Amino acid sequence: MKTADNLLHKPLHIIKSNLSGWLFLLPAVIIFFTFSWYPIVRGFIISFQQIDLVNPPRFVGLKNFILLFKDRDMPAAWINTLYYSLLGILFGYVIPLILALFINEVRNGKGFFRLVFYTPTIVPPMAVMLLWKWIFDPRRGLANSFLGFFHLEPLLWLNSPDLSMLSLVIMSTWAYSGGTMLIYLAALQGVPVSLYEAAEIDGASLRTRLFKITLPEIKGVMVILLVLQIIGTMQVFMEPFVMTKGGPANSTLTVIMLVYRYGFEFRNFGVAGALGVLMFLVLLVFSLIYLRITRQNSK
Amino acid sequence: MIFNRKFSFTDRGILSPLEMNKPSGRFYYIIFFFLLTALALTWVFPLYWMYSSGLKSSLQIVKFPPDLIPPEPNWKNYLRAWKELQYARYFSNTLILAFGAWALQIVISSTAAYSLSKLRPLFGNIVFFLFLSTLMVPAMAYLIPQYLTIVRVPLFHFTLLDSWMGVLLPQAANAFNIFLLKSFFDDIPRDLTDAARIDGASSFQSLKAIILPLSKPVLSVITIFTVIGTWKDFFWPYLVLSGRPELHPIMVALYRMTIALSYPQPLNIQLAGMAITATPPLILFFIFQKQIIRGITLTGLKG
Repeated sequence: MKTADNLLHKPLHIIKSNLSGWLFLLPAVIIFFTFSWYPIVRGFIISFQQIDLVNPPRFVGLKNFILLFKDRDMPAAWINTLYYSLLGILFGYVIPLILALFINEVRNGKGFFRLVFYTPTIVPPMAVMLLWKWIFDPRRGLANSFLGFFHLEPLLWLNSPDLSMLSLVIMSTWAYSGGTMLIYLAALQGVPVSLYEAAEIDGASLRTRLFKITLPEIKGVMVILLVLQIIGTMQVFMEPFVMTKGGPANSTLTVIMLVYRYGFEFRNFGVAGALGVLMFLVLLVFSLIYLRITRQNSK
Repeated sequence: MIFNRKFSFTDRGILSPLEMNKPSGRFYYIIFFFLLTALALTWVFPLYWMYSSGLKSSLQIVKFPPDLIPPEPNWKNYLRAWKELQYARYFSNTLILAFGAWALQIVISSTAAYSLSKLRPLFGNIVFFLFLSTLMVPAMAYLIPQYLTIVRVPLFHFTLLDSWMGVLLPQAANAFNIFLLKSFFDDIPRDLTDAARIDGASSFQSLKAIILPLSKPVLSVITIFTVIGTWKDFFWPYLVLSGRPELHPIMVALYRMTIALSYPQPLNIQLAGMAITATPPLILFFIFQKQIIRGITLTGLKG
């Protein structure tokens, strides 16, 4: 290392390596500038503009935000989104953890179980959503056949304003649990065996070991996944867009769904952008929490 | 039977092998094992349902309660779905897009990561920070300005709407892959590239001949995720290519043929169609499951 440094650290080489360094960075910088950095900044600018793609953009001050706060659908969209997020924590957050705990405990066919629970994650979301749209079909769907098997009354699922969101969460839990489960599983395998052995000598029960050793040991991963889950579920859009179009009775109208409506249905990109900015600010809080935790963990 | 063998001492979870080898431990374990197996079967059942319903006739499919196993499996449904949904065309579109996305990742992310890891130009750290900070911005929050960028690209003033480049270029800005590649390149000793430089190799040559061949594990992870990601992609291509249906990738075609169409295909053909589109990523997954699972646990990346 030393000799190479002496040979190379001449001014000409420094300039040359800087030049080629920038040359190699250039494609990425151009792409990031055009499709990432500039759009992010522009998001804030357009939230104060009126843009319909026909007339040139015009600054309108806070009009977009005022329009949003007068919109009757706004509170519903935020409440629905929070509701989805909350249900997501109840189902989508807890179930992968339980699955991982189970698979970690099973001694035969661990790889098989891991594979089975991960498989839905690989199926393209469009196929998943179309499949579940049919599973939730009130007249001939699999969900109601399943209930019928236990002699339960059929439900309306996606067609009922009370159950539509829950139906989406059930589907998402099935479709996305696999990835989270794998991360938990890796964390569980990192829990030192010596801790369990020491606890056994002290006669700790299974429950004590689970709550006093296992869960505290993977707490770091649990908190990070919780924050990521909240950031992810708050942006829910695809499922209502494909499966319910926000209905019935606006029960699955989410914030990003509303962004889509303003932008691509009403062609009012300024208002859509303003709502995007509001979402960004809300999620920024969670992003900062996430940053703080990961920094603490790496220290 | 598998349950007769003693549980080994090297492999343990919360329960110790000692506890599990006790008669009561074995009893509960067998119950637990069967419950987990039942859960696993329930878990994959919707997928079985998709494939088997694709084999039913249009009468069998509306039967309630439904048959678990199609009484007269009609394999021609799959052929019909393939033809009616014009999959040959849309599959090739997806393949072209996947190849394009992969090529852009190799060209753009690996050169940037190489520069940041080995050439370390002035202010490189600031650029790296700016790359990474895009990960903190939720994608859906800047959907609108990104769409406006595609409608009219700033400075150059042309539109990428209704072109594959409009789908590919925004995805090429992938800070996560740059980060992944950079941390992998960082572990390659600098002496190797320095030695090559003393022998007169250009930076490009040492990237091509030394760094990339040594980075096969991380490149394979990026390749698999890029291909599967492109395969799954729906919304952005749907927005960008809305005016040119003949350019649509398979997922947009599937959506158009099932939900958006005013006269959709019969349900059994739709299901066969879904099954066809779900099959290639599943095959890829079963072939590369080791790399995929390792990739996820290493990077914390989700599907």
